[in-house]
Amino acid sequence: METTPQFFRHGPSSLVRLAFFIQLSLVLMVVDTHFKYLYEVRQAITVALYPVQSFAYLPITISNLADDLFIAQNLADENARFKQRHLIDSGKLQQFSALVIENEHLRKLLEATPRNKSKTIMAEIRSVPRDPFNLTIILDKGLQNGVQNGQVIVDNLGVIGQITRTYPWSSEATLINDKDYSVPVQILRNGLRSVASGTGKYKTLELNYMANNVDIQEGDQLVTSGIGGVYPSGLPVALVSKIKRDVSSTFAYIICTTIAGADRNKQVLILSPQFRPESLTDSADIYLEDKESEKNDAH
Amino acid sequence: MTRTNYSKEEIILPAKGWFIILSLIVGLLLNLLPINESLLILRPDFVALVLLFWGTYQPQRVGMSVAFVMGLLMDVVNSSMFGQHALAYSVLIFIVLLLRRRIHVFGLLKQAPQIGLLLLFTQSIMLLTELLKRADFPGWHYFLASFTGMLLWPLISLLLKMSHSSKYDPNAL
Repeated sequence: METTPQFFRHGPSSLVRLAFFIQLSLVLMVVDTHFKYLYEVRQAITVALYPVQSFAYLPITISNLADDLFIAQNLADENARFKQRHLIDSGKLQQFSALVIENEHLRKLLEATPRNKSKTIMAEIRSVPRDPFNLTIILDKGLQNGVQNGQVIVDNLGVIGQITRTYPWSSEATLINDKDYSVPVQILRNGLRSVASGTGKYKTLELNYMANNVDIQEGDQLVTSGIGGVYPSGLPVALVSKIKRDVSSTFAYIICTTIAGADRNKQVLILSPQFRPESLTDSADIYLEDKESEKNDAH
Repeated sequence: MTRTNYSKEEIILPAKGWFIILSLIVGLLLNLLPINESLLILRPDFVALVLLFWGTYQPQRVGMSVAFVMGLLMDVVNSSMFGQHALAYSVLIFIVLLLRRRIHVFGLLKQAPQIGLLLLFTQSIMLLTELLKRADFPGWHYFLASFTGMLLWPLISLLLKMSHSSKYDPNAL
């Protein structure tokens, strides 16, 4: 690429340049969408632009500091509110810990695998992409803080999304309403399992391939089912907002609204996956080995 | 009158390569500012605007290669497809190189509609690549950003012009 000043630039030379750049960008786009070769390049540029990104975040940091410093009145109020909140929550937690112990006992009795405890990382939303095609958010924690691809993002109400790209000091999460994205869910009321897929529209998910006569009502809460091992089970995902049962089609048309929202909160929690992908493949290997040994035994 | 201004700038500017880089970085910074959902639709592409300005007034310095590189940077920070902004920006600068003599003839206010059209064109390229990837039209409000960009053009070009004729702090942009 030529960046030296050129004093006479017109006619065919600029056309040739244009053709070159168009071809180059088309190749880059194809490579980026179909292969994973450009990941390192992306990572390098992100690291190089880290100062700019943190500088852009400066106004927020300053306003946060100003809020913390100057509004003492609010602090007292907030403190009182949090104390009250803490009392309520700790009451609930006592019940919860009793339930956890009970659950462990029951699981032992049933010889079911114990639930893994998940580790959490607190992160802040750095920026939101400026076009409506990218349903992603940039978080201020990255590889250095132990963030890994595939980890789940939640806020105080429910699931927001999943980490899809990690950089040394920041990471990128895809929201659950992204078109290419699905979450295994369960209806809280009756335990019915399904998969909620993103629609690409603001806060909207849909449930595909549910039979017309399925037991589902408007206002039903969907929580993660824990199937697939990526999401811990029981996290709130969405509320069913619209059901259309058309007799002429096999499946019902079910639209849900997400409970959590990246637009509302600045802070989010990053949860470690219940099982790491390695352990998943390990168990798959063990399963295959078992199968093979069974075959051998049969022979 | 515009002609004399133009030739004066041509002589003054080449010494200030750092200023061009700085203005592009500030543009990138403005694109990255964390703002909430409703304002996000209205946010113009500041990098495209700055590139447009330098494309019209300093085509020797800011050509398609600079636009391409800025596009790649935008792709990374915006987490879009690698090469999407690069494509749109290099086509934009190509058109500006063709039209810049025409744009010079008009005053800042009269330039704005033309710039708005160019921004609309850039957005359409971006939309087209997205539609090719996984078709879903985001709605007409997507193009609002071009109109805010058009409205901001006189202000931005005034600031950029002022700052290279006198010592002006570009951070105040």
